[in-house]
Amino acid sequence: MDLSQINPILLVASLMVAATPILLAAIGELVVERAGVLNLGVEGMMITGAICGFAVAVETGSPWLGFLAAAIGGAALSFLFVILTQFALANQVASGLALTLFGLGLSSLLGQSYVGIKPPPTPDLHIPLLSDIPILGPVVFSHDLILYLGIAIVAGVWALLKFTRAGLIMRAVGENHDAAHALGYKVVRIRVMAILFGGACAGLGGAYISLVRVPQWTEGMTAGVGWIALALVVFASWKPWRVLLGAYLFGGITVLQLNLQAAGVAIPVEYLAMSPYVITIVVLVILSADKSRAPGSLGRIFHATS
Amino acid sequence: MSDILLSLKGLTKAYPGVVANDNVSFDIGTGEVHALLGENGAGKSTLVKMIYGLVKPDSGTMTLRGKAFAPAEPRAARADGIAMVFQHFSLFDALNVAENIALGMENPPPMRDLAARIREVSETYGLPLDPYRTVGDLSAGERQRVEIIRCLLQDPKLLIMDEPTSVLTPQEVEILFKTLRKLSAEGTAILYISHKLEEIRALCDHATVLRLGKNVGECVPAETSARDMAELMVGTALKTPTRAGRDMGDVALEIVSLDAKSPSAFGTSLKSVSLSVRKGEVLGIGGVAGNGQDELLAVLSGEILTAPGSVKLHGRPIGQTGPTARRGIGLLTAPEERLGHAAAPDMSLTENAMLTGSVRENLESRGFLKWRTAQGFAEKIIEAFDVRTPGPNNAARSLSGGNLQKFVIGREVLQRPEVLVVNQPTWGVDASAAAAIRQAILDLVAKGAAVICISQDLDELMEISDRFAALNEGRLSEPRPTTGLTVEEIGLMMGGAHGMEVAHV
Amino acid sequence: MIVLEKRPQASQLWSLATPVVAVLATMVFGGLLFALLGTQPVEAIRTIFWDPLFGEFAFYYRPQLLVKGAPLVLIAIGLSLGFKAGIWNIGAEGQYIIGALTGAGVGLAFYPLEAWYIFPLMVIAGALGGWAWAMIPGVLKVRFGTNEILVSLMLVYVAEQLLASMSLGLLKNPQGFGFPGSRNLNEYESANSWINQNAGLHWGVVAATIAVIFAYVLLNRHMLGFHIRLTGDAPRAARFAGVSPGRLVLFCLGTSGMLAGLAGLFEVAGPAGQVSIDFNTGYGFTAIIVAFLGRLHPIGILLAGLLMALTYIGGEIAQSQMGLPAAAIQVFQGMLLFFLLALDLLTNYRIRLKSREVA
Repeated sequence: MDLSQINPILLVASLMVAATPILLAAIGELVVERAGVLNLGVEGMMITGAICGFAVAVETGSPWLGFLAAAIGGAALSFLFVILTQFALANQVASGLALTLFGLGLSSLLGQSYVGIKPPPTPDLHIPLLSDIPILGPVVFSHDLILYLGIAIVAGVWALLKFTRAGLIMRAVGENHDAAHALGYKVVRIRVMAILFGGACAGLGGAYISLVRVPQWTEGMTAGVGWIALALVVFASWKPWRVLLGAYLFGGITVLQLNLQAAGVAIPVEYLAMSPYVITIVVLVILSADKSRAPGSLGRIFHATS
Repeated sequence: MSDILLSLKGLTKAYPGVVANDNVSFDIGTGEVHALLGENGAGKSTLVKMIYGLVKPDSGTMTLRGKAFAPAEPRAARADGIAMVFQHFSLFDALNVAENIALGMENPPPMRDLAARIREVSETYGLPLDPYRTVGDLSAGERQRVEIIRCLLQDPKLLIMDEPTSVLTPQEVEILFKTLRKLSAEGTAILYISHKLEEIRALCDHATVLRLGKNVGECVPAETSARDMAELMVGTALKTPTRAGRDMGDVALEIVSLDAKSPSAFGTSLKSVSLSVRKGEVLGIGGVAGNGQDELLAVLSGEILTAPGSVKLHGRPIGQTGPTARRGIGLLTAPEERLGHAAAPDMSLTENAMLTGSVRENLESRGFLKWRTAQGFAEKIIEAFDVRTPGPNNAARSLSGGNLQKFVIGREVLQRPEVLVVNQPTWGVDASAAAAIRQAILDLVAKGAAVICISQDLDELMEISDRFAALNEGRLSEPRPTTGLTVEEIGLMMGGAHGMEVAHV
Repeated sequence: MIVLEKRPQASQLWSLATPVVAVLATMVFGGLLFALLGTQPVEAIRTIFWDPLFGEFAFYYRPQLLVKGAPLVLIAIGLSLGFKAGIWNIGAEGQYIIGALTGAGVGLAFYPLEAWYIFPLMVIAGALGGWAWAMIPGVLKVRFGTNEILVSLMLVYVAEQLLASMSLGLLKNPQGFGFPGSRNLNEYESANSWINQNAGLHWGVVAATIAVIFAYVLLNRHMLGFHIRLTGDAPRAARFAGVSPGRLVLFCLGTSGMLAGLAGLFEVAGPAGQVSIDFNTGYGFTAIIVAFLGRLHPIGILLAGLLMALTYIGGEIAQSQMGLPAAAIQVFQGMLLFFLLALDLLTNYRIRLKSREVA
């Protein structure tokens, strides 16, 4: 065992990379839940995004087209959730599970011929001045565009919810859909948009795993990240900046346990590998005491009677 | 008042199995306070929903200031100067007052300006309100103020108010009427929906009476007696429940300085509540909704457990006894919310009979259920309480509100309770069914049971109870004999005017 | 304009017809999917649904129906109790693994002793293992209000790591020439769950049958089952009726965990034969589909479990004979759940066509 092998600079840099898929998926789900919908299909949308992004990036040679395709793929899958929950008024928990089961199957079907291929690299940015700052430069300012996009989305969602009328209406719909309907707001339309946005974000997050983080395609490669993202929204009490904080915490744990594995710590690999899941449970337990922040209509079926 | 603001002609709206509005026509003048009078289910709500653009009429026309008026949605109605204060507030608990008001406006100003305008309007009309308070923490009266101010900020030409006083204390009603009269003097027409006749006589210039969806007459309330209006509204003379002289027995149920925390985030906790009720006595508990009524019922039904000695039945401490065991020893309850609390919506009436009847009606042996006996019990309830349904295999939610209420009350009454606690026994029930329910309660008392009746209908409580107490912010006033109580005294017991200390009205 | 109108009460007809229509719709759209993949659609559907039952080699496949159906039915029965009450255990896969580990662990501890009591002890250990694993989300939910969906799911990943650790370490076959995986329990007489291997009959099939009967009686004739249904329909009414929500959560999660653990034990001591890294094949997740397809009704689940077993077997045949990818059958199953959930609308709502009225 040699802990000195763990380089703190690399650790922080790879922490940001490891956190980005969770961050993207979680901020998308946060929007969905603030609009009053519980979509448990995050895992399914992520893995679909992962394969769509991977396939398109490989075929076109452009990672950016890959990410675009991932967002579209995630949103397309979430549209199935829209049909089930917003138009067929199906139970949201069951529909979310269906989405995950379907997404896992679909992705391995689509991904059959892509196993073992390397995707085109996603270039890191070189930001003049910022990237040249010693230590901080390479750690914080020399990543790819999507990583910064994730942070930008968090900022955007925060501003939307806090300062804009659209954000206020969305919160109102999530809080009490009957009252919002009575005031004449289009509950279903707003929710459909939120769900599609959540799907696109989850898709991006999935592609970030297959194109940047790993980067290659293997079946079921999201390995529960989508579920951790769901837990993260609870952890963050439905607040955008706390999603960022939480994602970095989880990213840190993931990277740390990988580093510990590599450093040959005396703890068996399997126990290190299960640590992110165990820690998620522990965090959920600690935070579940306070449920008051959850949107009032979360998970409830809306049917306009008049 | 001669110029007509809104004219309705031949409005008709049918739902499957029921015609909610049948060829309804009347006019509302500018600045007029116009009452829309009718029983529950007479079609008042459907009518105003059509004016407000929530429901489209099947046929008929509306004319607003001489122009054809057919709002496709509430937004369009609001743009034409129509505002509405709902009976069940369309408010968002987790948002603050200003945000709630912004949501009801087409083009709200920035938050800071809006907050200033809210303060301004609330002072002008004597309705004090802090724009930055979270709505979930407000009393029912204050919540209504939010709705009213939301409407007033849009300078409406017509303000629709749906049963506005059901959540107010008598003092708060006075303040509301002052506000409405002021608005009317400024030229705003008000369409005032109610089934309370005295209120309409005190406030309204003109009244239209609906019965079973039809306009059955118009009158000038100040010149018409309450009795005549009641007969128009109901169609027949009413049978009022009879109350025989009662012999009071020993104390049956007692609550001793009880504190109980509300299980819900925006609920009201009970604070040092004490009461007792004797055999053969009805204790009426009034108060504005949301002041601890649900919690008081839950404490008595056993849904909220408390310190053992804080609730006593025949002197036995039962604070830690669960709902099933309480039924076993004769304490039965009927909650306010029919669908989802007193009854399970998607279950049959037989299953709903099982829900509370299993212990006292012997519908269970060693955990195994006797469905045949349960069906017999359900049929007995349907028969005895004239519940209109094809049979006991129909789902609870297929029944109308009044019929389900009769079933729920009947289910408890037929189990021969020693103490019965009911919450809002006649809410949303038509007059004849309400009379039947009250009579059943009085018959029970005549046989020596003790009854606690929680209600927001003060007339009802005055009619059936021997003593009266009121809940206000989780505290219960000292119970007093009903005979001789004045409206002012009742109002003060209910807490007077909530949050009005700062007002200068 | 299409208008949804809530029915005054659920339609009995549609409640029964929905699963059938969903299966038919899945066949049509699944066929289209297979066509896209370059397979003869009608041929593929026939291979999946017909051949295992009535084809040339049906004598071989029919017993497989029991082998694959038993764990699905056993797990789905447990899940359905919770689902009915709005308690979502979606970590049955993890409970299945743990049941297999504890059950096999007890058996292997006795090796090479042969005694009649070993298998019963394994059954108890397997049931307890699954039960305990499901009690983690149960206790956390009751004690702290933690979301049982997320916790039970997270525990699947933890269980998978434990499985890997066990097959590489504690339970590894000492005479296995260094390969991962435990001893083969089929070669250990006292720890074998087969009754008649040629007929596909093992103790799991017996347990699944008992579970169906047990669940049927519980839900229709017993107070506890009534309380489960009541909680699902109206939680407040259930409290009013005297149901303790916490106890119900523990009962539902515990029972479903126990049944999943049993399924794992019977599998490891029978069809699988040994603890290995890839022991679990997703029965715990497919059982969710089975539970819904069976409309959370015991008899329905029995039929749905057999149908789903059929798609597994048929899928394998289609894979080997027609080159249909294994994942296609997974998509097929997911699709079935979609159609089922979407069509369920017809049970509770009536669809009407209306011309947009002009007011």
